Amino acid sequence: MIEAIGRRAVAAVEAVGRVGHFLQDMARAVPDAATWARPAVVQMRRVGVDSLPVALFIAAFTGVVLALQASYTFTGAVPLYFVGTLVGKTMMLELGPVLAGLALAGRVGASMAAELGTMKVTEQVDALETLAYDPHAYLVVPRVLAATAMFPIIVAFAIATGIITGWLTSLALLDLSTTEFVKGLKIFYRFKDVWYGLFKSATFGCTIALVGCIVGLRTRGGAEGVGRGTMRAVVYSAILILVLDAFWAVVLL
Amino acid sequence: MIEFRDVHKAFGEKHVLTGLSLTVSDGETLVIIGYSGTGKSVALKHIVGLLHPDAGDVIVDGRAVSLLDRAGLTALRREIGYVFQFAALFDSMTVAQNVALGLRRRGLSDEEIEDRVREALALVDLSGTEEGLPAELSGGMRKRVGIARAIALRPRYMLYDEPTTGLDPVTAAVMDRLMVRTREHLGVTGVVVTHDMRSAYTVGDRLAMLYEGRIRQVGTVAEIQETDDPVVRQFIEGRPE
Repeated sequence: MIEAIGRRAVAAVEAVGRVGHFLQDMARAVPDAATWARPAVVQMRRVGVDSLPVALFIAAFTGVVLALQASYTFTGAVPLYFVGTLVGKTMMLELGPVLAGLALAGRVGASMAAELGTMKVTEQVDALETLAYDPHAYLVVPRVLAATAMFPIIVAFAIATGIITGWLTSLALLDLSTTEFVKGLKIFYRFKDVWYGLFKSATFGCTIALVGCIVGLRTRGGAEGVGRGTMRAVVYSAILILVLDAFWAVVLL
Repeated sequence: MIEFRDVHKAFGEKHVLTGLSLTVSDGETLVIIGYSGTGKSVALKHIVGLLHPDAGDVIVDGRAVSLLDRAGLTALRREIGYVFQFAALFDSMTVAQNVALGLRRRGLSDEEIEDRVREALALVDLSGTEEGLPAELSGGMRKRVGIARAIALRPRYMLYDEPTTGLDPVTAAVMDRLMVRTREHLGVTGVVVTHDMRSAYTVGDRLAMLYEGRIRQVGTVAEIQETDDPVVRQFIEGRPE
């Protein structure tokens, strides 16, 4: 048993070392803008524009549910205009970034891990190296930059969508006017609510892309290895998003 | 000149290379033959620094590959064309984009890149396929695009990893002819890894048999064909016992 614990401890230390080495390689590749600039634009479209429908779909229904649950909780106890407060605060601080992050961990993280994993097992990554490209500059930096830059934009749209559907739900299904909803929305609003949510989502994007790239480029063993890697990327990303979410709450709130 | 100096390489408990020493002279094509899984491709990857030896080193024109920094490795790789076993073409790019990728890295103008791509594809008899995707090509065509991608860079060395594996005899013969033509046109030094003896006899100036992690015998085609070494004889004659 002690031997098993020791083996796991060594494996964990090795894993941390590998991640550190990977980050060092990535940092070294950042100045090579001539290599990563063009792929970064392609990745921004893939990560940003192509992910928007999923994020907006989730946010739209979250806004509806939040308004209805707030009304259900507040009725008879708290003025109903606090529905606006709850929808706004929750979308900005928590559900906008976290739900979009978890959904995109599946979409973006899995896609990156599968794509890079396939490139790895079919020797395309080796081919890049023999063509004198640094795989970190050509494959990793564009994906990490794109995810870090585009996640806050996606989440901003998601937050706006959630608030709009929450407002529409309040108008259509609750006894609440636009004026009251907006009053509630403004009442405890602080600019920090917005930047906190957007900053958090940038860190989620960075994490998802990093995990997808690290797992993808370490893929071994053909199609089965790609499948395993993809699953691992989604699970690790989801866990890290929740850990980061708690971390930023402790540090920034 | 490429020189393997007592190269050792292990993956976990499996010792693949156990003291490989071999010299490839300028201008020649050396074919490394051997059973599947004996480390032929592993040896080839050491030349371009895709793998690093546990002990020993590979020396290319006086440069110890394992001691090169990133810039040194990039400079070395610019002199070497590598043809992968399954071509390793980039699926999302067209044939022309695949061939052009290495050229873009060298800062050539668009016109020059276009000329070089056309020229390289003509050399492998694939003119007119520029806009096709790798998925639309046969196995043989993909390997020829792989050769075009390598020769477009006008390298000093060409490394071929199992160039005829998985091809029908006629397509394999076409690949052999291409390798010979590439050498005649570009005057490159070549290292070919294969277990296809017909191909080895056609393209090789010298043959080296890799066995149990080291070179069992090296010699000209005639010397290998007349060898008394029972292991080499069994392999080149394809006898099960």
